[in-house]
Amino acid sequence: MTDQAYNFAYLDEQTKRMIRRALLKAIAVPGYQVPFASREMPMPYGWGTGGVQVTAACLTPEDRLKVIDQGADDTTNAVSIRKFFQRTAGVATTEHTPDATVIQTRHRIPETALKAGQILVYQVPIPEPLRFLEPRESETRKMHELEDYGLMHVKLYEDIARHGTIATAYAYPVKVEGRYVMDPSPIPKFDNPKLSGNAAIQLFGAGREQRIYALPPWTEAVSLDFDDHPFQPSKAPHDCDLCGAADSYLDELITDDLGGRMFVCSDTDFCAGRRAAGHIGRLGAAEPEVVP
Amino acid sequence: MTANISANISADALSGGFAVPPVAAAHAFREVLEAMARPGTIRRVAGAQPPAPLSVAAGVALLTLADGTTPLHLAGAADCPAVRGWIAFHIGAPLVAAGEAVFAIGTWAALQPVARFRIGQPDYPDRSATLIVEVDRLANDGPVLTGPGVEVTARLSLPETAAFRTNRARFPLGFDTIFTCGDRLAGLPRSTRVEAG
Repeated sequence: MTDQAYNFAYLDEQTKRMIRRALLKAIAVPGYQVPFASREMPMPYGWGTGGVQVTAACLTPEDRLKVIDQGADDTTNAVSIRKFFQRTAGVATTEHTPDATVIQTRHRIPETALKAGQILVYQVPIPEPLRFLEPRESETRKMHELEDYGLMHVKLYEDIARHGTIATAYAYPVKVEGRYVMDPSPIPKFDNPKLSGNAAIQLFGAGREQRIYALPPWTEAVSLDFDDHPFQPSKAPHDCDLCGAADSYLDELITDDLGGRMFVCSDTDFCAGRRAAGHIGRLGAAEPEVVP
Repeated sequence: MTANISANISADALSGGFAVPPVAAAHAFREVLEAMARPGTIRRVAGAQPPAPLSVAAGVALLTLADGTTPLHLAGAADCPAVRGWIAFHIGAPLVAAGEAVFAIGTWAALQPVARFRIGQPDYPDRSATLIVEVDRLANDGPVLTGPGVEVTARLSLPETAAFRTNRARFPLGFDTIFTCGDRLAGLPRSTRVEAG
């Protein structure tokens, strides 16, 4: 049910037009961060206000919205954003990736391949990949202008010098269509290959930092690396303990104080789908009933 | 006095906007977004009835994207009292010369020379114009498109190729284009490479 006290999808029309113009420029210059006049939202910065504003500007009443937080549909951030749009836009929601037309995500790309007609909206905390290397906006803007990304390679090199390997495990920088270096938001580098050549439209919103950027479908996004230290997507070297998947990104859960632990798919919809199809992992069988 | 005002703002100027603006604009934006994100695809839009010579799609694009904060350039036949009145009532965009425009609308011939339009700055390439180009014919034939948003290749009946090749050569600077024809539109962002078909 739509809350009639608000305009459709919460934001006023003037704000949506401003965001929509920024989105089209972001699509036209893939990987470039377009400044936009981010609004106060009824949730604090850091809870996905950038993603929420992008989603609000894209939603139509016929959309089916999915919201995930680190792959899960049922965590606080995902549940509250989903309810927010149920109330203010009256849109249908789903947890099933193939059924969704708009997916807002915090820090994961769904395991199930996306398709044309879907939009993936990322919540971005720090959109500037060079920010931790150079705090001045005036300087990072100049570096993007001059395509001067040597500093980022120095950072990756120092990783190798110190750890023997590129230790960056999330928010791993990519170069978009051979031009802009882009922060893919704090997704695990396991997800980086899915950024490139994706059939869906990928939109990135950073509310506090007031930036919007985008990857159109079929856009090349190459993870930065060196010839002798090629990029390697990584995951925990286990199978999912619930569904047995060997190729999905895993969360590690501590199960007791004796060192017991289990690895489960971070993407809850993917895991549930596999279990429904009969795949069972190491600990996935139903608990035997305790007979008193 | 009253007679003068009603003569200046014709009844046509007051009609032809979106019936339910939040929903119509949301539908229209998704079509424009898909068109711009997938160069070569042609999308259908509805909801606006702008005065001649503007097409439905051009009116929809303006109602969806332009407002009082976006200077607009009317080129050629689009610069007529009926269109000016309609834009003043529904959109409120200041009408400006080509070099200051965020949006420009007209036929490809009327928009010449396109070098007049803003292409952004090296540090802010987003500060560039979007051209809404009215065409008589919009079809998937002619020049070959490649680049972001195109899986292999696409074709779109562009009015010419040289201007768009020049535009692409300046990437990340450049203008972006929306082609409109009746109630259909297609997008051509500056990132698209164009080859004569």
